Amino acid sequence: MSNSLAADLIIPIIKIIIVGLFPLIMVMVMVWLERRVVAFIQLRLGPNRVGFQGILQPIVDAIKLFFKEDITHTGVDKVLFNISPVLVLFSSILAFCFIPLGGTMQIGTYNLNFWVAESPVGLLLIIGISSISVFGVIFGGWSSNSKYPLLGALRSVVQILSYEIPVAFSVLSIIFFSQSMNMIDIVNRQKDAGIWYGFMLPVSFVIFWISVVAETNRAPFDLPEAESELVAGFHTEYSGIKFAYFYMAEYAHMVLASSLAVVLFFGGWLPPFPNVAALSFLHVIPGFVWYLLKIMFFLYLFIWIRGTFPRYRFDELVRLAWKWLIPLSLLNILVIAFVRSFA
Amino acid sequence: MNNYFYFFLFFIFALVLSAGLLFFVILIRYRRVKIGDKCMVYECGVDPLTENARESYSIRFYLLTLVFIIFEVETVFLFPWAVIYDQLKLFGFIEMSIFLAILIFGYIYAWRSKALEFRREIE
Repeated sequence: MSNSLAADLIIPIIKIIIVGLFPLIMVMVMVWLERRVVAFIQLRLGPNRVGFQGILQPIVDAIKLFFKEDITHTGVDKVLFNISPVLVLFSSILAFCFIPLGGTMQIGTYNLNFWVAESPVGLLLIIGISSISVFGVIFGGWSSNSKYPLLGALRSVVQILSYEIPVAFSVLSIIFFSQSMNMIDIVNRQKDAGIWYGFMLPVSFVIFWISVVAETNRAPFDLPEAESELVAGFHTEYSGIKFAYFYMAEYAHMVLASSLAVVLFFGGWLPPFPNVAALSFLHVIPGFVWYLLKIMFFLYLFIWIRGTFPRYRFDELVRLAWKWLIPLSLLNILVIAFVRSFA
Repeated sequence: MNNYFYFFLFFIFALVLSAGLLFFVILIRYRRVKIGDKCMVYECGVDPLTENARESYSIRFYLLTLVFIIFEVETVFLFPWAVIYDQLKLFGFIEMSIFLAILIFGYIYAWRSKALEFRREIE
């Protein structure tokens, strides 16, 4: 009795707490990494005083923001103004429920799974849940009763919605091969196929990655918060902890996006060439480490892209989504379906 | 146990984590009397021109969002189609081609009526 209680309730609850805190921990790592790497790209040093190489900088920043004054100015719709930061962060954490952070590990007789829950429609749920943040953005911009946030929110919504479609279409091309929307099945099918889908479907991956960079409002697509014209976009009027919420949510969404890229296109927790016998010693390293290494690569790619490309103009951004990526991804699906029906 | 039960637990944990942190910080944060211009809306230091900022915005945002809804609803139909595609084979391909052709027809209409255009053409 007590054994099944531990297996059914206590271990899952510990898992839930770890998986829930995982994006926030990655946010801290990312804040530090981004400031350091961008600084090095621009031939500066970046934060290097607090702790070893400035590693404690994000914690200090967080404490500062917690204690800062939180201004609610006149003419604000108070309910929406307070709900929107919570909604944005909440949606980005919640989506991690269905992402496998590693494979199954056997401890004695108990199979420890590195995911909180699996669902036959997991992929659709992740896409749906992460889109809830659109509401946070539009609520935040609209309730602020200020012109810059309103314009930033409108832009942001159109941007996120426009790039949602190429993401969905490029993800769709994977389902042809995995024949399942269960995230764990997708990884296992990649193991059976012997090739990661990213190498099998490079066009889908490129469309996916461009769209995901745009969806997370990252440079070169950071139009909603284009500092030179809109101050800070939809969160101009936020200060203190609520500003920190938006900041954390942006990074948590980046972690989510790179997790999706890893799980869907680069084999999740699998080591490279999982079926080659000569490389079987790579299986000794636990799956979680492989997953972490891979998402660190993609998170680094986010920063690298930011440090390299100049910003788009808004009409160029909309044109890229609607006139290039959407027709291209539609064509991609039709070609894959056509080839698949005769294969 | 049921996977959706764990999802429900995770839902509650994420909600407590994100909302609870806000409540906690509201208890410990720095408080000061709200006086004068501090509560004014930020508009580069200038007095706001209007009391209410929610006046009007470009119709193009609205048009693009409308086109988005059509695409997104259609995507939902594509997902189950892709899952069972190997059983449908050519039948599935032809049927979905007809479905997509209708969508592409609407897409071309939106393109031609300049709903996807964000820049006013210089005439």
